[in-house]
Amino acid sequence: MFNDDDNGDAKGALSGLPEKKKSISRRSVLKAGAAVTGAAIGSDAIGGFPTIWAQEIKDIELRHVGVSYSVVKAIGDQAAKDLGFKVTMQNLDTSAAINRFISQPDSVDIADLEGWQAKLAAKRGVIQGIEVKKIKEFDNILPIFTKGEIDGHKIPRQGISPYEAMYIAKPNATELHDGVTEWATFLPQVYNADSIGYRPDLVGHEVTEWKDLIDPKFKGKAAILDVPAIGIMDAALCFESAGMIKYGNKGNMTKQEIDFTCDKLIELKKAGQFRATWTTFDQSVQLMAAGEVVIQSMWSPAVAAVRVKEIPCVYAPVNVKNGKEGYRGWCNGMGLMKHLSGKKLDAAYEYLNWYLSGWQGGFVGRYGYYSPVPSTARKFLTAAEWDFWYDGKPAPSVINDPYGVPMEKAGTKRDGGSFLDRVKNISCWNTLMDEAAYMNKRWNDFKIA
Amino acid sequence: MQRPNLSAWLYVTPLMLVLVPFFLLPTLVVLVASFFETDGFGGLLPTFTLANYVDVLTSAQTFLLYVATLKFAILTWLFTLIIGFLVAYFLVFHVKNQLLAIGLFLICTIPFWTSNIIRMISWIPLLGKEGLVNSTLLGIGVIREPLEVLLYSGLAVVIAYVHQLTIFMVVPIFNSLARIDKRVVEAALDAGASRLDVMRYIIIPMSKSGIALGSTFVISIVMGDFFVVKVMSGGGSASVVSAFYENVGVLQYPIAAASAVLLTLVLIAMIALILRVVDIRREITQ
Repeated sequence: MFNDDDNGDAKGALSGLPEKKKSISRRSVLKAGAAVTGAAIGSDAIGGFPTIWAQEIKDIELRHVGVSYSVVKAIGDQAAKDLGFKVTMQNLDTSAAINRFISQPDSVDIADLEGWQAKLAAKRGVIQGIEVKKIKEFDNILPIFTKGEIDGHKIPRQGISPYEAMYIAKPNATELHDGVTEWATFLPQVYNADSIGYRPDLVGHEVTEWKDLIDPKFKGKAAILDVPAIGIMDAALCFESAGMIKYGNKGNMTKQEIDFTCDKLIELKKAGQFRATWTTFDQSVQLMAAGEVVIQSMWSPAVAAVRVKEIPCVYAPVNVKNGKEGYRGWCNGMGLMKHLSGKKLDAAYEYLNWYLSGWQGGFVGRYGYYSPVPSTARKFLTAAEWDFWYDGKPAPSVINDPYGVPMEKAGTKRDGGSFLDRVKNISCWNTLMDEAAYMNKRWNDFKIA
Repeated sequence: MQRPNLSAWLYVTPLMLVLVPFFLLPTLVVLVASFFETDGFGGLLPTFTLANYVDVLTSAQTFLLYVATLKFAILTWLFTLIIGFLVAYFLVFHVKNQLLAIGLFLICTIPFWTSNIIRMISWIPLLGKEGLVNSTLLGIGVIREPLEVLLYSGLAVVIAYVHQLTIFMVVPIFNSLARIDKRVVEAALDAGASRLDVMRYIIIPMSKSGIALGSTFVISIVMGDFFVVKVMSGGGSASVVSAFYENVGVLQYPIAAASAVLLTLVLIAMIALILRVVDIRREITQ
């Protein structure tokens, strides 16, 4: 009937919501323009379509399903407010999420996918390709995702990098396509680089290498992530760092490499290296805050959450050196489920566009995650926040978390430096290995050892 | 001869309406899936293969998982039985006022008004290195280093299970003890039986059905659980279910299904054993 861009802008204008933006974004200019057009058309006899749209969309509900650190209620609420239709955020853990996408695809509208999940979902035919042309900010998405590089630095492809999982040749293709196409499997929305968290007061030196996690000095005071697919990569980073092995591809190990890694883990466990393993964000915070461990694989916001409790905790900058170390990167993106069509599909595209328009980027930026479109996120961050979170400069003033609670004093510098320092030092990405079944079995050996 | 047959079917219909769709059909789906192959991406190839069973049954890991899970099941069973029996016995035989006994019995259930998860997690701040127990013991000088075995250990798992499941012993045992005719006990005492004899020859045999019911609950819950093990052992232990849950996580459905079928068979065997020792039906209808 009419194209989606018209729909969106007309509807945006008619929703009549006050704009709370601090600066004039491209979007608000568009909206203003559309408002004028809409008003003009509305007064005309021919018109009236924006009203129809506004009425039709208010009955639409989008169910965005995924892990809690990526699918956040506050973001969904804001989207619903700005877009005028209902958005429901539902949280599941990683494995429950992928199982739901695959076994009950119709119960989900927007699937929150990691790169490897996008690959699986495409393979199973539960998602439809995202038409890149319809994504307004697509050209402003960092080339990390769209081209697999940044500032001339090639993004490593150990594991499944977002770029690798990003494209399919046709909207209904089930195999990933190597190279840029017009159709995306998923639209990156939030990502980060994971490393180690430690207590500087109890560890006694600056940690910049993964091998400190398996140092016998920290026997009984170390913990590792217990999500097999990525826990094994953290372990691999440790063993590689200690010079015990050189992996062909940490993100897609051979059976021999899996055996070596799990056998070493079992040895360490028997020697009493690990106080515990953790599976959720809260568990990792609790382990560190309660003094159970002094060093563990950890996520950036978890480190911040420990610090909020006034317990010193540092996020180790594990920059790549001598072909070792580096962060384990991850990226969550939004996939459109295959059953979406008509108005609902239009609404879903609106939602994707809203996601990249900055509000969400600002929100996740305030707890240490990054937006794939920093240029829009920046408009929703104060200069101080931008300096601290993205530029790695000392905080010019107190830094608040997304809910307004002060979390960093003025003068603090973010661990790991600037955004570019971090992402350029990602050495591998979250993944699902070809030998996943075997790896899982060996991981269970580690668990019962 | 038609009428009794029809009414028998009518009697059994409500139960069947629940069991068939919510138990029998899902179990059949799992059974069928256990003979399929996977394409590695969550797809099931409808073939007939025994490979999943061969894989599960020939793996030393399966054996270790059952040993670990049975260890938790037996320890939990033992402690819940002792505590549950003592509590029920006290309530029935030592609290003379029946109203008070029922009141105390209801008080036993108060902790169970909150969720299992909350009750389990509240042990963590108590048992941790800097937890209440350790800091108290350190404070009064009993220990010099915090006891690490209190949390993220097998002990912590058993503590959480016992706390969660004792009520499942208390209720059926209380029920069967309450039905013992007090005059039988008095008669035995009059006839010169010692308190131990009364316990051995009257109380325990007559509470068998309650013990068997409680044991069935406790053992099947522990055997089928993975969450308590995961959290309270700090991920340091695995259970039968946690192992195949990991398989589901990477979409290896057939092997997970085969493990699930095996667990179901093992549980059926265990329950059959309990029922062989105690004929619950006969005991209850007595």
